[in-house]
Amino acid sequence: MAAVVQLEDIHKIYDSGEVQVHAVRGVTLQLHRGEFMAVMGASGSGKSTLMNTLGCLDRPTRGRFLLDGVDVAQLDRNELADLRNEKLGFVFQGFNLLARTTALENVELPMLYGRRRVGAREMRERALHCLDIVGLSDRADHFPSQLSGGQQQRVAIARGLVNNPQVLLADEPTGNLDSKTSVEVMGVFQQLNEQGITIVMVTHELDIARYCKRNLIMRDGSVVSDIAVTNRSIAEDEMRRLREAESAAKLTA
Amino acid sequence: MHLASTFTISFRALRRNAMRSILTALGIIIGVGAVIAMVSIGNGAKSMVEAQIAALGENVLLIFSGSISQGGARSGSFGAGTLTVDDADAIQREVGTVIAVSPEVRTGAQVLANGLNWSTQILGESADYLGIRQWPLSDGTMFSEADTRSVGKVCIIGQTIVTQLFPDGSPIGQTLRIRNQPFKVVGILSAKGLSVQGADQDDLVIVPYTSAMKRVTKQTMLRSINVQASSPDTIVKAQNDIIALLRQRHRTNEQTDDFTVRNQEEIAQAATATSNTMTLLLGAIAGVSLIVGGIGIMNIMLVSVTERTREIGIRLAVGAHGSEIQVQFLTEAVVLSAFGGVLGILLGIGASEMLSRINHWPTLVSSTAVVVAFFFSAAVGMVFGFYPARKASLLDPIDALRYE
Ligand SMILES: Nc1ncnc2c1ncn2[C@@H]1O[C@H](COP(=O)(O)OP(=O)(O)OP(=O)(O)O)[C@@H](O)[C@H]1O
Ligand SMILES: [Mg+2]
Repeated sequence: MAAVVQLEDIHKIYDSGEVQVHAVRGVTLQLHRGEFMAVMGASGSGKSTLMNTLGCLDRPTRGRFLLDGVDVAQLDRNELADLRNEKLGFVFQGFNLLARTTALENVELPMLYGRRRVGAREMRERALHCLDIVGLSDRADHFPSQLSGGQQQRVAIARGLVNNPQVLLADEPTGNLDSKTSVEVMGVFQQLNEQGITIVMVTHELDIARYCKRNLIMRDGSVVSDIAVTNRSIAEDEMRRLREAESAAKLTA
Repeated sequence: MHLASTFTISFRALRRNAMRSILTALGIIIGVGAVIAMVSIGNGAKSMVEAQIAALGENVLLIFSGSISQGGARSGSFGAGTLTVDDADAIQREVGTVIAVSPEVRTGAQVLANGLNWSTQILGESADYLGIRQWPLSDGTMFSEADTRSVGKVCIIGQTIVTQLFPDGSPIGQTLRIRNQPFKVVGILSAKGLSVQGADQDDLVIVPYTSAMKRVTKQTMLRSINVQASSPDTIVKAQNDIIALLRQRHRTNEQTDDFTVRNQEEIAQAATATSNTMTLLLGAIAGVSLIVGGIGIMNIMLVSVTERTREIGIRLAVGAHGSEIQVQFLTEAVVLSAFGGVLGILLGIGASEMLSRINHWPTLVSSTAVVVAFFFSAAVGMVFGFYPARKASLLDPIDALRYE
C-alpha cells in the first residue's frame, strides 16, 4: 500500500537575517493509511515546524514531500490551499477559532472555501455531525468565549474533520487540557483513527503518547527514535476507570 | 465561496465595529450629501434662470449700448448709451423681420403717492413693451402709442408699488409723483416675484420712454432697445440685419462696435454658463471631500487587515485562496462606502429640501446626480479598498497565524 505521507530528507532552515535556525535537519519518514503517530521531543526540537510542513502551511527548505503521491513542491499557493482544504485537517496548538463566530460556523468554515460548492443546508448538517462526533452538538450556537478550553479544542478538532481529511494533524491538542479532558480528546482521536483517518499529533506527555500506535521522538531537528507502541492505552477503558474512581470517591466521602 | 457568505461576513465585520464603521463612512456621507445638495441647488437655480429667460418674451432680441469686449467688460457708457431713438425707429422701419420695438431707458427714482414715498426703478418703454415681454396686466390698460408720441404723464406700476403706495383701494386713475412730476396710473402689472438674484421684479414703474427721457432722466440716449422678431426662424436674420443697420448708422465695424445685440438663446447660454460653472465648482469641492472620505476608508481597512491578521491566517489555513480574502475585504470596503453613499444621498436630499423650505431657494434633486453619486461612492470603496485587500490576500498563512 502506498504511503499517504512520504518525507525524504526534509530540512527547514529559518533565515531571520543574521542567524540561521536549522529547525528540521533531514527527516525521512513514511505514514500509511490508518496510522496514529505521536511526535515528541523537547521544546524547540522542531515538532511544530515538521507539523507545519506536513500541513502544507509551510514549505520545506530542502527535501521531497509527497502527500498522497503528489509532490507538494510542484504546487502553487492556490493548489496548496485546495490540498489543505480537501485532504488535511489541522488542529492548532492554540485552537485558532474565529472569535465572535459560533462553534457551528467555525466548523463550517472549511466548507465555505471548498472548491466543491456545498449548500447551506448540507454545510449545517455536516458541521453538526462533526460537532456530534466530538460531543458538542448541544453547544453549536455558543461562541468560543463561552466555551471551556477543552470544548474549544474539540470545536477545532470538529473543524479539522469536517471535510473528511485523509490526514488529521494536531499540534499539542491536549496541551492546555486537564488529564480527564485529555483522555476525552484522545478517545475522539482513537475513534476517528478506527474509522481510517491517519492522525499525527504532537505531545509532551508520555502517557498521552501511549494512546497512539507509533511514537516519534525528535531532538534538534532530527528523528532519534521511531517505535511502535506496545501495550497501548485505550481511552474508553481509561474513561471508565476514571468514572469508577470518581464515584468511589463520592461513596467514601 | 458564495457571494452571500462574503456579504454576510462583511456585514458582520462592519457591525462588530459599528461606531468605527459609521465614523469611517461619515466622510463619504458628507461628501455625497454635499454633492447631492449642491447639484440640487445648482439645478434649481438653472431651471429658474431658464424660466426667467423664457419669460423675457418670445423671439426677443436685446440691443445694448456699448459692446462687450473679449474680456467681458463693457466699453462705452452703459447708462448714457450710444443708442438713440432714431436707431430704434430705423430698426422698426427698415428691418422687415421685426414686428415690435421698445426703446428702453432706466433710472432709479423716489416716487410719491398718498403722502407715502418709495424708492423704485423707473423704466421708459414703448407701448409694445408688455407684448414683447409677454407680461400681462392684472388691471387697467397699457399706455398707448399716442401717449408715447405726446410725452404723456401716464404710467403702469408693479405689484410692489401697489402695496407700498396704495395700501387702500385701486390705484387706477390715481396720481403718482416721479421726481415731482405727476403721472396718472393707468394699469397694474401682474406679479412676477423674485428673480434668481433675489431682486423684486414687481418693484418698478413703467412710463412712455419719451416721458422718461424728457421728464425724468433728461437724457437723449437709450440704455437698450427691446426687439421682437416675427418668428423663431427669423431671429437670426433679424439679428444680422440689425447689426448691419446699426454698423451703417454708427459707422462702426466688428472691432469698433458701440452696441451689442443678443438673442434670447445667447442670454440663456450666458446665464446657464455661470450657473454651470457654479455647479461644476461645487461638484469639484464635493468630489474632493469624497476622496478624503475614501482615504478614511483605506486607513480603516488597513487597520482592519492588521487587526484581523490571525483571522486571515485561519481562513488561509483551512483553504481560502488569496483572491477570496481579497474579495472579502474589497466587499467590506464597498459595502461601507456604498452604505455611506446611500446615507449621503438621503442627507443631500434632506438638506436641499430644507434649504428650499427655509430659504426659499429653488432646488431640484437630480436623479442622475443620485445615481452617479451612488456608483461613485461604491467606486471610491473599490479604489481605496483595493490596496488593503490586496495586502490581506498576499499574507502567508503561517506568518498570519503566528501574528500577535
Ligand atoms: N518563524 C521562525 N523563525 C525563526 N526561527 C523559528 C521560527 N519558528 C521556529 N523557529 C525555531 O525553530 C526551532 C524549532 O521550533 P518549533 O516551533 O518547531 O519547536 P517545537 O518542537 O514545536 O517546540 P515547542 O514544543 O515549544 O512547541 C526553534 O529553535 C525555534 O526557535
Ligand atoms: Mg510547537
